[in-house]
Amino acid sequence: MVQRLKEVDVVVIGVGMVGSIVAKELAAAGYKVVGLERGQTRFTVPEFQSPAVHDELRFDIRKALMQDNTREPVTFRNQGSQVALPVRRWESFLPGTGLGGSMVHWNGQTYRFQATDFQLATRTRERYGKNFLDPDVTIQDWGVTYDDLEPHYDRFEYLLGTSGKAGNIKGRIQAGGDPHESPRFRDYPTPPQKEHFQGAMFRKAAGSLGYHPFPQPSSNLSQPYTNPEGVKLNACVFCGFCERYACEHYAKSVPQTVILPVLLANPNFELRTGCQVQRIDLDSTKKHATGVTYIDAVGRVFEQPASLVITSTFAINNIRMLLLSGIGKPYDPATGHGVVGRNYAYQTMSTVASFFDEDVIINPFMASGASGTLINDFAGDNFDHSGLGFIGGAYIGAVNTNGRPIQYHPVPPGTPAWGKGWKQAVVKHYNHTVMFSCHGSSVSQRQNYCDLDPTYRDAWGQPVLRITFDFPPNDIKMAAYVTAKAVEIGKAMGAKQVVGSPRKGPYTVTQYQTTHNTGGTVMGDDPKTSVVNRYLQSWDVPNVFVIGASNYPQNATWNPTGTLGALTYWAIDALKNKYLKNPGRLVSA
Amino acid sequence: MDKVTRRSFVTTVGAATVAPASALLPLAAAAAPAKTANIAEPPKTTYLFFNAAEVLFIEAACERLIPADESGPGALGAGVPNYLDKQLGGAWGAGERLYRSGPWQPGTPSQGYQLPFTPAELFHASLRAINRDLDAHGTPFHDMSPEAQDAYLKSLESGAHDFDGVPSGVFFDMLLKMSIEGFFSDPVYGGNRNMVAWRMIGFPGAYADYYEAIDRHGVKFEREPMSLAEDGHGNIHVRQDIPANL
Repeated sequence: MVQRLKEVDVVVIGVGMVGSIVAKELAAAGYKVVGLERGQTRFTVPEFQSPAVHDELRFDIRKALMQDNTREPVTFRNQGSQVALPVRRWESFLPGTGLGGSMVHWNGQTYRFQATDFQLATRTRERYGKNFLDPDVTIQDWGVTYDDLEPHYDRFEYLLGTSGKAGNIKGRIQAGGDPHESPRFRDYPTPPQKEHFQGAMFRKAAGSLGYHPFPQPSSNLSQPYTNPEGVKLNACVFCGFCERYACEHYAKSVPQTVILPVLLANPNFELRTGCQVQRIDLDSTKKHATGVTYIDAVGRVFEQPASLVITSTFAINNIRMLLLSGIGKPYDPATGHGVVGRNYAYQTMSTVASFFDEDVIINPFMASGASGTLINDFAGDNFDHSGLGFIGGAYIGAVNTNGRPIQYHPVPPGTPAWGKGWKQAVVKHYNHTVMFSCHGSSVSQRQNYCDLDPTYRDAWGQPVLRITFDFPPNDIKMAAYVTAKAVEIGKAMGAKQVVGSPRKGPYTVTQYQTTHNTGGTVMGDDPKTSVVNRYLQSWDVPNVFVIGASNYPQNATWNPTGTLGALTYWAIDALKNKYLKNPGRLVSA
Repeated sequence: MDKVTRRSFVTTVGAATVAPASALLPLAAAAAPAKTANIAEPPKTTYLFFNAAEVLFIEAACERLIPADESGPGALGAGVPNYLDKQLGGAWGAGERLYRSGPWQPGTPSQGYQLPFTPAELFHASLRAINRDLDAHGTPFHDMSPEAQDAYLKSLESGAHDFDGVPSGVFFDMLLKMSIEGFFSDPVYGGNRNMVAWRMIGFPGAYADYYEAIDRHGVKFEREPMSLAEDGHGNIHVRQDIPANL
């Protein structure tokens, strides 16, 4: 028995970062907004408090904050010729659940993409010629430019209070910042965090090689901050429990600490938790959404009519929501036709470990999730790729985030996996090792995509998402090249032994890499190669907007959250100033 | 902070998430252990999951995986078998956070764990087969020389055996992974007794404010480690649903 509820103006699916910001803006503009969140309500107090929050076993290893994969798993295979099987335990990537979404457990690394990233296909063709790339690579332009997004990046950074140092203000290079960054209107809202030892060692070594080190932009704040919404945050104390944890200190910028207090105080907004949206409902024309159907925590089925539906779930869940709703043509890798699920991409992560003698005391446990120092000299298109056979790059940085020992106990290659030799190596190297991250871009490729699994179902009886993905040869080449550069920096630090581990295939779901899943509902100017237009509006159902890292046509070098925040404000601007004044297509197909 | 006199007391914790309610035991005797790096005689574990024959293998095997040496106690001294027992007897053993619906088929290595067994089933099946195998060939594992024990563990690691459907390499990997967890996780879970593993590497534990220390580069941080179950007076609270030190 389906219960039909009173119509509202807007339904937001998923009350994470994007959902909270969109709902806040539209509720403040006078629209009645309902937010449907599948997880539970949670706040800094009482849920995120000490001592329970500093539990490595529960949060890191058992993944207490993550999407319930026993009810809602995904399936995975490397190649279309294989049978996809369920990811029975989360490892490679970790979507969150509950109020505040995945951002509650993020590290706070808050980057912008560069101007060239948004016109990657055009830029690559112009700089390297049209035959430079592997023909299977399906990169494309975003349909927006950096200049379009700059004010929205700025607004997002000021919402979060991000701690950093500008490298380029209105075209003027700033000492101490990243000289490669695209111009920003003004500096970060707060100065950089204190630098940990690894960061300082890296800065000296990278500088000695002629590179341009700068402090990582961090949304674990360097000082107390009141954001433009009037919400207050504290300074981070470097406890080393950020990623996979919630912050007890009000020092990490997450929906709870930057916007939910304002949103929840607005009577135009209603939060409903425990609500699993089954689909976006369409009328008989299939070109207009009438609302959503959801099942609540006790199993009752509701239909929530709405004039506008915004899906703002984690990237892979946005893809699935469209597939389950029949919005947009599913992608078929055999023909290359269709768009939903197309251009699924990831991030290409490599590492370098530098082992020192025991008189070099690192204290890896003193860190925030966005501590450290890095270079962009080998990121994006900041170096000439002629003759290299790949595009893209990686930032290289000593961006160590913690010393939590179940996960973090580095040992040199050749160390036994157990026994006395292993134990001695762990004791010897724990406090005397510096880890670099080579955080690399990910091109989209014809064979990598998502669709609905033909076999496996979720707890509500719906098909789960099937991910078909392997690392494109382009990115394997990129990882090898950049990791070799990082090894040179490790050697310049004076380490006794430097070990580079460039990412190699096949992609595996058994090892944590990053939760930077992108693509599948990509944005663009052409409905044949994109799911949403440049305002994140569905080409097929104009009263549906899709906002997430699923909009990225390919993934750039950097952590995706900053760009997603900018896209969110960009879409809100279009909603408030264009769409809601005159609902309809914002771009003619 | 007073490090000399300590009291122990029992806290009431919310829902029992690990051990079944029937496993709750009185905790009056669970005194907070003295904070010394070496424990001569670890407290005796009351096993709730492993049977007597399984305990003999588990205790001996864990100690070979993480042996006592000059750096400090090994798995036995740290209570790793106790940790394994409580985890396998609780929600984790029963398949917490494991997607358990079929159909089942072997996958590629990159697709990860695809067996229908819960961790509890996997351990029982493997330990039954190991003890059967060793009984048939003479020497039980715990009576072997350390060298012979290591050789047998290596044969498990290489996947040479099939334990009623469990490849021995899968069992070995789970045993090793969980032993490392028990060694390094907070003592509230029944391993890492007295925070011996944290002392060994210099990890200060759950409580942490390094704002003043982080830019004093290269200076060793000497504070005693602290458990998340420890209050400001040095008392370690044992979770009622996890009889850590009985």
